[in-house]
Amino acid sequence: MTSRKTPIAGGATVSAMLPSSADATASDAPVLSLQHAAKAFGAVQALQDVSLELFGGEAHAVVGENGAGKSTLVKILAGVHQPDSGTLLVGGNELVLAGPAGAIAAGVAIIYQEPTLFPDLSVAENVYIGRQPLRRGRRIDHREMHTRVSELLERLGVSLDPDRIARGLSIAEQQIVEIAKALSIDAKVIVMDEPTAALSAAEVTRLFGVVKALRDHGTAVLFISHRLEEVFDLCQRVTVLRDGRLVLTQETATITVEEIVRAMVGRDIAARVHEPHQRGEAVLAVQRLTREGVFVDISLEVCAGEVVALAGLVGSGRSEVARAIFGIDRYDAGAVTIDGKPLRRTSPSAAMAAGIGFVPEDRRQQGLVMDMGIARNIALASLRRLRRYGLLFGGVEQRFAADWAKRLQLKYRRLSDPATSLSGGNQQKVVLAKWLSRQPRLLIVDEPTRGIDVGTKAEVHRLLVALARDGVAVLVISSELPEVLAVADRVGVMREGRLVALIERDDATEESIVAAATGQAPPSGPTKASAL
Amino acid sequence: MSAATADPQPLELPSGQTRFVDLVLRARTFGIVVVLAIVVFGTAAVQSRFLDSSSIQFILADATIFAVIAVGEAMVIITRNVDLSVGSVVGLSAFLSASTFQHIPGIPIFAVFFVGLAIGAGCGLVTGLVSAIGRIPSLVVTLAMLYIIRAVDILIVGGSQVTTGQVPRGFLAIFTDSLLGIPDIAIGAAVLVAIAYYYMRSFRSGRDLYAIGSDPEAARRAGVPIAKRVVTAFVISGALAGLGGVLYAVQIGTIDSTAGTGYELQVIAAVVVGGVAIFGGSGNVVGAALGALLLGTITSALYVLGINQDWDEALQGALLLLAISLDRGIQAQLANALRRRRVRLGA
Amino acid sequence: MEPDANLGAVASALAGGEGSTPQAGPEPLRGRRVGGRLAPLLRWESGLIVVLALVVLLGEQASTTFLSSSYLFSSVFNLTGEVAIMSLPMTLIIITGEIDLSVASTLGLSSALLGYLYNPLGPHWPLGLVFVTLLAMGAVTGAFNGFLITRLGLPSLAVTIGTLTLYRGIAVGVLGENTISTFPSFYTNIGVNPVPGLPFLSWSFAIFLVLAVIFGVVLHMTPLGRSLFAIGANKEAAQFAGIRVKRTKFLLYLLSGVICAFAGILYTFRLNTSVSNNGLGLELTVVATALLAGVSIFGGKGTIIGVLLANLVFAGLQGALYLTSFNEEAFGIVTGGLLLISVLAPNGPELWRRGREGLRRQQRLHRRSTMGKQS
Repeated sequence: MTSRKTPIAGGATVSAMLPSSADATASDAPVLSLQHAAKAFGAVQALQDVSLELFGGEAHAVVGENGAGKSTLVKILAGVHQPDSGTLLVGGNELVLAGPAGAIAAGVAIIYQEPTLFPDLSVAENVYIGRQPLRRGRRIDHREMHTRVSELLERLGVSLDPDRIARGLSIAEQQIVEIAKALSIDAKVIVMDEPTAALSAAEVTRLFGVVKALRDHGTAVLFISHRLEEVFDLCQRVTVLRDGRLVLTQETATITVEEIVRAMVGRDIAARVHEPHQRGEAVLAVQRLTREGVFVDISLEVCAGEVVALAGLVGSGRSEVARAIFGIDRYDAGAVTIDGKPLRRTSPSAAMAAGIGFVPEDRRQQGLVMDMGIARNIALASLRRLRRYGLLFGGVEQRFAADWAKRLQLKYRRLSDPATSLSGGNQQKVVLAKWLSRQPRLLIVDEPTRGIDVGTKAEVHRLLVALARDGVAVLVISSELPEVLAVADRVGVMREGRLVALIERDDATEESIVAAATGQAPPSGPTKASAL
Repeated sequence: MSAATADPQPLELPSGQTRFVDLVLRARTFGIVVVLAIVVFGTAAVQSRFLDSSSIQFILADATIFAVIAVGEAMVIITRNVDLSVGSVVGLSAFLSASTFQHIPGIPIFAVFFVGLAIGAGCGLVTGLVSAIGRIPSLVVTLAMLYIIRAVDILIVGGSQVTTGQVPRGFLAIFTDSLLGIPDIAIGAAVLVAIAYYYMRSFRSGRDLYAIGSDPEAARRAGVPIAKRVVTAFVISGALAGLGGVLYAVQIGTIDSTAGTGYELQVIAAVVVGGVAIFGGSGNVVGAALGALLLGTITSALYVLGINQDWDEALQGALLLLAISLDRGIQAQLANALRRRRVRLGA
Repeated sequence: MEPDANLGAVASALAGGEGSTPQAGPEPLRGRRVGGRLAPLLRWESGLIVVLALVVLLGEQASTTFLSSSYLFSSVFNLTGEVAIMSLPMTLIIITGEIDLSVASTLGLSSALLGYLYNPLGPHWPLGLVFVTLLAMGAVTGAFNGFLITRLGLPSLAVTIGTLTLYRGIAVGVLGENTISTFPSFYTNIGVNPVPGLPFLSWSFAIFLVLAVIFGVVLHMTPLGRSLFAIGANKEAAQFAGIRVKRTKFLLYLLSGVICAFAGILYTFRLNTSVSNNGLGLELTVVATALLAGVSIFGGKGTIIGVLLANLVFAGLQGALYLTSFNEEAFGIVTGGLLLISVLAPNGPELWRRGREGLRRQQRLHRRSTMGKQS
């Protein structure tokens, strides 16, 4: 194992190691050019007349609401789909990508939102699968492969044993391996699809350093993201898609966030104004809840009529606390009481019986049964109540679901359509309907608007505040500070498994929350943040 | 120091941990050897004639059929598929290859081996194509093929059978011929296993099989030609089952329409006991062959120890369950160890 | 369930937000959409009905005795009662995304124990006690499967291949080469006499029909049934909705064990034979029946009506073919063929579409210059 390189900060170290191209700034001819691409799936026109140019050495953002066409664009560049019309030029040559192998051969690498490595293969093999260096007789040269991957990982400032199997690597580590793979194919274009969704702040910083180094090297980076702050941080130009069409492409230096949002949505989204209201009795009381190695000594109260947000960096243990309260995960010490009554059994059914609802973090895997119909999904948690003489008679689920779909202004075609037919925002509404229809005393929502378009985001925020006004105790876990500030009456901050601060609304600012989340001293100025 | 510039800790896995992971995985294959040794020497302690050369020869020769088929089955299972049709292929191949001696008198013996291989490969090709093109789970396809091939076999065999008098003596002698005390066919099987192992380790297409089983979606994204590889795996599995059929004829001599019935389950048991995960992506053909050898040794051990052979099948079932439980236990421990020691970055 | 007036504030909250575009209300649920909702379901079952009709035609062509009560009894319904009964819990298990290949071995073990315990030359237990013991044994074998699969989290395919071998092995160990054929005629008559009043219907198939109604109601009209579909479609989401996945699966395997043990009793009495290889290989027929019934091997889909129809198709086809010159030992071709068709058929339109798209892609590739390597 070679000596450790100093860790990346701001990309300076890495770019010193990569050979810099003759001109580090963006070159004149586009590395990749998509012209008038169109793609339809059945009756749905996913992309229409989209033209995009990528230049070497630039990071180019693509933003848009769900359903705007971003993922279709990625799939076309990945060679998974072929456009119905339009041309793709790579390096000036017109190409038709016959499949993923074609994209790789053309020098286009995709880093997906959830990088999928082969868990049973080694890191080195993951980088070189299908392209392993060969010896005589077409046999794999294991030693050469090991050496090359070691070098690549060094370039990225990462110490990872190339022969270690991929099982057990964190998402951040997996992304680095994917990037190493992209480097190994000498990719001219690297497409990153929502890469920061599951990373901690430090991991994001490292990733940005790597991207900047790639840029300096002359690679074109296409950056798909919902997080507009990151777009301005990292990218030179931004393209906005809406409903399958290209709305604008502009330099980030000459555009504002509001203009981008307006282009994405087509209308202005005003900031929500918080309305003060009465706080009732404590509904949820968590006392010294502990799970070894995950969270320690968590004590917290959520009263009827208030929204408590749990902020903190990814990995600080917030979701785990929520899951322990709901009974999905067990805990080692401490107690949970609802309305004064202790919750003894750790199981979701016991939690539900006590009046807890839980909207999980992963909508597609945990919140919904995607292949099941909308009505069945909404009714899934309320079946006991819908039966008569033990049976579910015809249509009762439909009527139940239709009622709740109306209340939440769900946009759907037929209630029997599968949940996959809905947009991300409407899917989240289905999950919310499922839990609201149980009239919970406490609603826990983990990342309420992850991957949701701006318009529905605002609706969900209004909904959460309205719930509190109606007397429900609401616990929100969120990694988006604007969201936390928009809905919360109190903000709890977790860091490395501990609850380190409980900040009242008036004192909650981005700075104070971040300070608590990263363990710094709070910024100077009047603060009534109570550190625990 | 604000959050934005906090130094993230470098990614590093302590080198000791890597070795631990590797060690555990290699130990799995080694573990079968250990168990095998225990069974052999344990039985020999009670009944010393178990280690007689004739006894060892018989065990090796007897296990060869299953070891050969297990190699092919292992390759299929590693791709996250399963081949339930191997028993029927054995039956069909055994009958057809043995009866070529009647239809083509004077045919050289090695040609008959090719006939068996070809028949098996043909069956495997059909299975693979239907599975890959139709995008049907292999459990279902090979289940159907199990029925269909067996029925074809029945139709062809009719009520007749091939008996030992109808094949050349040299053919049957293959079973008993040996070199330095080790049966020829066992040596052949060992060579086959070695070739297959080397192929799976050092050739791109071999590594692709592991990739497909480890994560089919990632394999697709990486441009691995999944259909081609899976069809190839089925063709090899079929061919080796066909070869097993010829070996069956060599060993048993009398072949009717029931030849090979139930073999698929025994082979799968051998493969799983040998360390190949039923969900694919890990394990190797050496383990699979050793698994076949182990199961065969146990059967012989029971006979030598005078234990009622009626309980042999029950014992094999128990062993299979034990192997699966053990593997899952090892995997869980591994995952825990890796998770707990992973450095939390910047959290 | 009455909508809560308070939470009606929800709707106004959504509408009252500043700057939101007026949302169009959801499409009105058009009246009796029942047909539309059931449409995809009915397609498969209708197909089975058509096949069944063809089978009947085939039988009638082969011989006019096909539809006679005595023939239907002796060569259709009497032969398939046990498989049909076992296909019911198998269907539920497959819907939850698992499988149970040990069903025939449980049947065989039950049969072997029945002979062993009742044997006049052996223990000769009273039959009542034997029945209770056998059902208990079924519960134990089923619970063992359930334990390994839910508690230890082992894959059901591998586990039930193991228990298939183990249980059959125990049957062989218990009974060896022996055969017991001395059961009282009161019981063995179930294989000889039809149900009174319905001369074509065998007792075993009648029991199947009763069980099918019960299973059908549970599967399609109870929360438990809904939970099975949810578990099969997405286990994790089912857990998050409060469904007790492990407990449910465990109970399904327990049920399967008991029912297969019961089927073993019926099987033994019908043949008046208890021998260690009773039911050998039947598990594959049971799985084939479930798949033919339209139950998806991936889980999450299936109907009891389909199971009923599939059993009728299999039984009828066997009975019909017997009247022709078709070699009945080669019936496997039919089973295998039906199996393949039943999984290819739903994929049919999809395959057709992909084939056409592939052709179109080839045309496009030929028309342009390409640098990308073909995979």
